[in-house]
Amino acid sequence: MRDVLETLNNPPYDVQKIREDFDFLKVGESPTIYLDNGATTQRPRQVLERVSEYYKSENANPLRGTYHLAAASTEAYEQARKRVAKFINARTKQEIIFTRNASEALNLVAYSYGFEHLEEGDEVLITRMEHHSNSVPWQFVCQKTGAKLVYAELDGDFQLDMDDFASKLSEKTKIVSFTGTSNVLSSEPDVKKISEMAHSVGAIAICDGAQMVPHHKVDVQDLGCDFLALSGHKMYAPFGIGVLYGKRDILQHMQPFMYGGEMIEYVQDFSASYAPLPYKFEAGTQNVGGAVGLHAAIDYVEAIGFDKISAYEQALGEYCAIKLRELGTCNVFHPTKGPRGAAVAFNVCGVHPHDVASILDYKHVAIRAGHHCAQQLHRGLDIESSCRASFGIYNTKEEIDAFIDGINFVRETMGLTK
Amino acid sequence: MDLKQIYSSIIMEHSNNSEHKHELEHATHNERGHNPSCGDDIQLHLNIDGDIIKEAAFTGHGCAISQASTSLLCELIEGKTIEEARLACQKFIGMITGDEDDMDELEDILGDAVALQNISVMPQRVKCAVLAWHTLSDMLEK
Ligand SMILES: [Zn+2]
Repeated sequence: MRDVLETLNNPPYDVQKIREDFDFLKVGESPTIYLDNGATTQRPRQVLERVSEYYKSENANPLRGTYHLAAASTEAYEQARKRVAKFINARTKQEIIFTRNASEALNLVAYSYGFEHLEEGDEVLITRMEHHSNSVPWQFVCQKTGAKLVYAELDGDFQLDMDDFASKLSEKTKIVSFTGTSNVLSSEPDVKKISEMAHSVGAIAICDGAQMVPHHKVDVQDLGCDFLALSGHKMYAPFGIGVLYGKRDILQHMQPFMYGGEMIEYVQDFSASYAPLPYKFEAGTQNVGGAVGLHAAIDYVEAIGFDKISAYEQALGEYCAIKLRELGTCNVFHPTKGPRGAAVAFNVCGVHPHDVASILDYKHVAIRAGHHCAQQLHRGLDIESSCRASFGIYNTKEEIDAFIDGINFVRETMGLTK
Repeated sequence: MDLKQIYSSIIMEHSNNSEHKHELEHATHNERGHNPSCGDDIQLHLNIDGDIIKEAAFTGHGCAISQASTSLLCELIEGKTIEEARLACQKFIGMITGDEDDMDELEDILGDAVALQNISVMPQRVKCAVLAWHTLSDMLEK
């Protein structure tokens, strides 16, 4: 606890200055204490202004049109792609495919790779803590191909049980798809090790990075995963822009996911050849405004520095978990050992999560209640639903203290304090 | 808005110790109601004899609002005719959506269930309040 307090009282970067960039945090007489960053983050002025600037002076349909604006739009779009490639250390920008979000990125792999490579007798290995976007597509592909979906379970400390994972990995495993950070528990599986293990049996490794990339420096070459999915809106960028990173050799041999404009090379009456990477996977007019916003968001977080962000956010998560445990009135679903991040799931004993969230809302504290798109996980924990407080670069110790007071107020309101 | 208007004593009572929360041995009708988005999941059990709902009970789980609303529904419709129960569903849903605001009439038809009227100030909880009433409606349509 002493280290945690030390980090929170002397943050590695100027948190108050960062807060100034987020108008959302200042709206109204009693601004919202926003603890739902795992769902979506707020956007700093720098991102909003860059997007607005793009629409004011650079907007045109990218990759088509011969006038100069179309060129400016294409340039902005390709600069964003380059920026993402550098951000996650991809070998080339051909490995960066823009999607709407991480869900679409994972669906792309499920359809374009899964359908082509899976057959009866094969297995797809995922974990108990996947978001529905990394389990439901695999359910579907397995149903259609006859492959078997296998779950690696958790250990008693809400971490992926690596022994169980190893025991379920075999020559039959063709695809290993796993989260880099649980959106509920915030446990952080070892992406590098899991990727190595997957490769050792000849499987490909797909990492759902939606909850990892906003909080950690990610180097795909070092991690070694074959695919990585991320969502812009969870990392201070606009809605509607996400990324699929894929190794070039693999992407090159994959069929397109969506068909239409811009993804073609030559179109005959009854067949077509497809554009080179990455355009093969980007059908139709693309979300340039979103890509430009993502570019600005990456600039923004990297200017703070991920070593500092990770250290500070981990302290927020740890402080919150400690405080909740201290109350003695909550069940806390958060690891006590091993790598863990900036989200804390919990239940207030005797109070349904919906009621917790509604009553906290009355105190201007925003948290998430429900199954968080992870029903298999909740079944595994033997609960119906949970509450989740999740943190971002702008949250503070004071906000967590107010949230903890809020939990006491919840119990009071529900008549549990007498 | 005062939170006490929503988490009022009558709602807390019904949600914490409902007399109607149990299986029904001689149930003639059972129906499940489910809010996939928030996870409230109830089962209504009715014992209907001819035109009269002789007994009403429920099982399942969910938030205080959904549990209280279901309990209030059971309390209200026991002994009522199917037609009266149908009208109650219609009036209750109308009260929550704001289409019905004749308080005297609502109190007449809905009794204690009018305590849920204020839920309309929490739009994200409306689904919890109307779940049981939609479930009963579906049941009586069949
Ligand atoms: Zn509910």
